[in-house]
Amino acid sequence: MTRYYSKDHEWVEVDGDVATVGITDHAQGQLGDVVFVELPEAGKVLTKGKEAAVVESVKAASDVYAAVSGTVIQANSALEATPSLVNEDAEGEAWFFKLTLTDQSELGELMDKEAYDAFVASL
Amino acid sequence: MDARRLARGEEMIVSEQESATARRTPLFELHRELGAKFVTFAGYEMPIQYQAGIMAEHLQCRSGAALFDVSHMVQIKVAGPDAALGLERLVPGNIKDLAPNRARYTLLTNDAGGILDDLIVTNAEDHLYIVANAATGAADLAHIKAELGTTCEVEALADRALLALQGPLAAQVLARLNPRVMQLRFMEGCDLKLGMIEARVSRLGYTGEDGFEISLAAEQATDLARLLLAAPEVEAAGLGARDSLRLEAGLCLYGNDIDATRTPIEADLAWTIGKRRREEGGFAGHEVILRQLREGTERKLVGVRPTGRAPARAGTEIQSVTGAPIGKVTSGGYGPSVGAPVALGYVVTNAAEIGTEIQLDVRGRSLPAEIVALPFVPHRYHR
Repeated sequence: MTRYYSKDHEWVEVDGDVATVGITDHAQGQLGDVVFVELPEAGKVLTKGKEAAVVESVKAASDVYAAVSGTVIQANSALEATPSLVNEDAEGEAWFFKLTLTDQSELGELMDKEAYDAFVASL
Repeated sequence: MDARRLARGEEMIVSEQESATARRTPLFELHRELGAKFVTFAGYEMPIQYQAGIMAEHLQCRSGAALFDVSHMVQIKVAGPDAALGLERLVPGNIKDLAPNRARYTLLTNDAGGILDDLIVTNAEDHLYIVANAATGAADLAHIKAELGTTCEVEALADRALLALQGPLAAQVLARLNPRVMQLRFMEGCDLKLGMIEARVSRLGYTGEDGFEISLAAEQATDLARLLLAAPEVEAAGLGARDSLRLEAGLCLYGNDIDATRTPIEADLAWTIGKRRREEGGFAGHEVILRQLREGTERKLVGVRPTGRAPARAGTEIQSVTGAPIGKVTSGGYGPSVGAPVALGYVVTNAAEIGTEIQLDVRGRSLPAEIVALPFVPHRYHR
């Protein structure tokens, strides 16, 4: 399995043609206390760069855009009951959704961990 | 994530370029030292939150004591024999009969009955001491000067800072610096020394909790803030917690819940209009306001509780259960003490009754909600 990162602070872990997507630890730190997550339903077709989910903190709502295109297989229902999981384990238990990739070549535009860390450090 | 919004932490972090023209309060360096995230608010670079985060800062204020820098607010002095009577031409509140050291929440109104600002006015014996909102303070000052300037001295107290110490343990903390603060009741303020520091201490606030607002010389503000933060009961809190606290307390935010297009009656603030003022009128917009007091209004400010977990933000359309638009959310978010989303908004009066089932159009979905009594969290003032 390989994990990729986007400039929009998402992580994408790829296993064959299935990808698990979440937001990075840096992202949750910037958002603050997460109180609600709106996730796409299974079957929804996501297009790279388009709205995929919404994360709400005490103060504000932020859109999460799809880092890769694909069809949603499963959303993480644990986040409905416990949105604060995003703050506790953004890059683990608090994955947002799994999808089947439409176009593997989109992964080439994403960063590896090292490049992402350098990107965050440059902000 | 939207990188630009995220990089700004949803307007929480202000880039150096954006902040270049923003003003800073006397406590700016202390905020930085405490690890604040900054936001530009009403032209000031203000802490939106510190390291603990909005949720923890909010809960700290409900359980202990929280210190807020509200020095961006505009403090105004109006002095002169006719100050109270003069100000009564601009506000519907009873100012003339305000006893010495008593403070009152009132509204600056325009001739159409719209709200120009909400204010706290204190009878400081030889003058009226007014605290106005940051964004509107300069306009308020010009307005008051234009109306009262010929007979009264009207000046902004630009060299004063303003701190708010709020929460159930605020009084015991402040009493260590001067036990006399214990004798103040809610909506009462006077000049007294906090340790070696001369201050005007008022027992009021914007959180629904017991607490104080402390006006003092700008150059002493950091010293007092450090002294208060050294108390084990006190933590710093930013504008984020201030907003969620006031929302739970059902208190209006000027620019969101009230503005020049809303009247005191629509905003459910008729309680601010004294009996004598209702009988005599004589304030800006009194024809409209007193008529609405008798006949009611088309729309009314109400509390809204979404049934689910999704917060409804300002601008969200409020619908009847059949989907007809009946109003709009003006403030909305998550209430940390309620443990659920809460909102304020205007609805048509026939849908304003407590218990009315409604819907909220959140990102195209109609989510169930209910009109509820305000406040969401009971006030715990020291009366």
